Amino acid sequence: MFSPAPQAAPGRCEAASSPVGGLRGIGVSPGAVAGPLIRMATRPAAGSAPPPAVEMPAVEVDVHGENAAARAALEAVAAELETRGTRAGGDAAEVLAAQAMIARDPGLADLVTTRVKAGWLAPAALADAFAHYRGILAGAGEYLAARVADLDDIRDRALAVLSGRAVPGVPHPGHPYVLAAVDLAPADTATLDPAEVIAIVTEEGGPTSHTAILAKSLGIPAVVACAGIASLADATVVLVDGGTGVVDVEPGAEALARAQAREDARRAALAAGTGPGRTSDGHGVDLLVNLGGAEDLTVIGAVGPAGVGLLRTEFLFLDRPDEPGLAEQREAYLRVFAAFGGRKVVVRTLDAGADKPLRFVTAPDEPNPALGVRGLRTARRAPGLLDRQLAAIAAAAEGSEAKVWVMAPMVSTPAEAAAFRARARAAGLAVAGVMVEVPAAALRASAVAAACDFLSIGTNDLAQYAFAADRMAGGLADLLDPWQPALLDLVRLAADGAGAAGKPVGVCGEAASDPLLALVLVGLGVTSLSMAPIALPAVRASLARHTLAHCRRLAAAALAAPDGQGARYAVAALAADQERVAAG
Amino acid sequence: MAERHAVVGSSVGLHARPAALLVQAAGRAPVKVTIAKEGGEPTDARSILGVLSLDARRGDKVVLAADGDGAGAVLAELAGLIESDLDAGEG
Repeated sequence: MFSPAPQAAPGRCEAASSPVGGLRGIGVSPGAVAGPLIRMATRPAAGSAPPPAVEMPAVEVDVHGENAAARAALEAVAAELETRGTRAGGDAAEVLAAQAMIARDPGLADLVTTRVKAGWLAPAALADAFAHYRGILAGAGEYLAARVADLDDIRDRALAVLSGRAVPGVPHPGHPYVLAAVDLAPADTATLDPAEVIAIVTEEGGPTSHTAILAKSLGIPAVVACAGIASLADATVVLVDGGTGVVDVEPGAEALARAQAREDARRAALAAGTGPGRTSDGHGVDLLVNLGGAEDLTVIGAVGPAGVGLLRTEFLFLDRPDEPGLAEQREAYLRVFAAFGGRKVVVRTLDAGADKPLRFVTAPDEPNPALGVRGLRTARRAPGLLDRQLAAIAAAAEGSEAKVWVMAPMVSTPAEAAAFRARARAAGLAVAGVMVEVPAAALRASAVAAACDFLSIGTNDLAQYAFAADRMAGGLADLLDPWQPALLDLVRLAADGAGAAGKPVGVCGEAASDPLLALVLVGLGVTSLSMAPIALPAVRASLARHTLAHCRRLAAAALAAPDGQGARYAVAALAADQERVAAG
Repeated sequence: MAERHAVVGSSVGLHARPAALLVQAAGRAPVKVTIAKEGGEPTDARSILGVLSLDARRGDKVVLAADGDGAGAVLAELAGLIESDLDAGEG
């Protein structure tokens, strides 16, 4: 997106023109964009903020008025935090509701009243009441010390309301702009809108700061550790290059045109970067797409996948009283096979049960469906269903150029893998593999791989079973984080086992669509990645920026981390280093 | 004045979500409740900052106190909250 600079004619901010013409920081999220800069109201750096100076009144204090003003300011802050939480939803809502609770704290209000009665003005009384709790929390354990930043944030908001100044926070001017700040707190970024904030520049922070990670995930160009950005006047037009870390102040038409051309080229490369996936040193990684069967296949062809890594087949079976006939199944498979010509299409056989119950095969009374008869296990109850599906896939494969592979979901043992391959072979399908979703299959991966033709790791279910955390349970998202080192350990075991057996091993879960995590997976020995079509260009571009040796270093860093968040941060920092070195 | 002792059951201590749940429950109660660490100064149980300031960890003993109608039932409910592992989902 290359945004014009609305309401910011260049002549308007001559005074702010930088004598050097440019500032330099660390580029943490690529992309070049120009627009008017707006600074977020500054606040003291978290953790080091002394309370604002206390002004003793020279005149008699209106106790009632000052007390009411202080309480109204606290209530305004609480209401604002609550509104923002509701707007953001999810985890952010809970975080902001807890902050609102602090603003409404009766103990805090009592301290304010005591001080006003002693003759203090509202701002001083407020600041001192916050300082009381700040001292206690800062002196307590590590967890409470972290709450000090929350407390400072609420204090600054309340003082801003009292003095009629702008409340610190992300501005909403009503047009796109470049956000400049000392640093951004989670409360600031929870509701960041990429259509409004077109780039972010901060004075502090590093490649793994909250700002950097958030900007990358939202695709907003960002530069951190950029000294001097906060001294520019609002509405100054800046050209931000989140790749090089350069911020041009009042760029001329020529500089804008050059940046525009570079940005167009970058976007075109990202969008049109067809061709096989490979690391910068030429190590090939098949980049495939996950399909549910009902997609618009012409759109998918445009991202240039090497094939389909996961064709789900449940769509044919769900919401109907009986099994679809052979002709109907064959036609549906053939439609996909034909669209992918001579490329690979991996068909997953029916994964019924658990969250996808099937009227004609799933038992209605399973006490624990996620651990019950699902995936390949349904063949224990209805073996004919699997054989008929395999026959239909084989019939469709015969009528197309596609390289058709089949794989079974929810396999736990080498014996199950061997039995599935035997059935597939009997149906005339030459390549049959299994999914690794159950930790048991990852632990015994070399035996499982030896019993079939390939492995495909389903990281979503593998995380669910490894962490005993229901995928539908919203409150357990941290356990289901695909960056969890224990999950990556299981991926490593599966990749090592497949490698020892000389078989390919892919990942077709959520993990494969994260451009950074994809590098880790390749470093762990995964040979193909299958993802939502929209994620493919970014993963391809990410791979092309790193060597296989880099990917292995990133994998080692992820495995050495204590938890998912730590792994993400460690890998983000190392990857940014490697990219900078590679770019010279 | 009714009193009740409780041992903090949450693995994270009386911080974060467990503290918030306790403060919310105290706020709904018909009587004013105070909470103190054993031998320490009591603080208003409706004050999140007060409860956090206790810095009560798992296994710490706390004392709840309240006056008036229904105080016993309120203290029993709050003691139950404090002793359960409020941060765990289930099981």
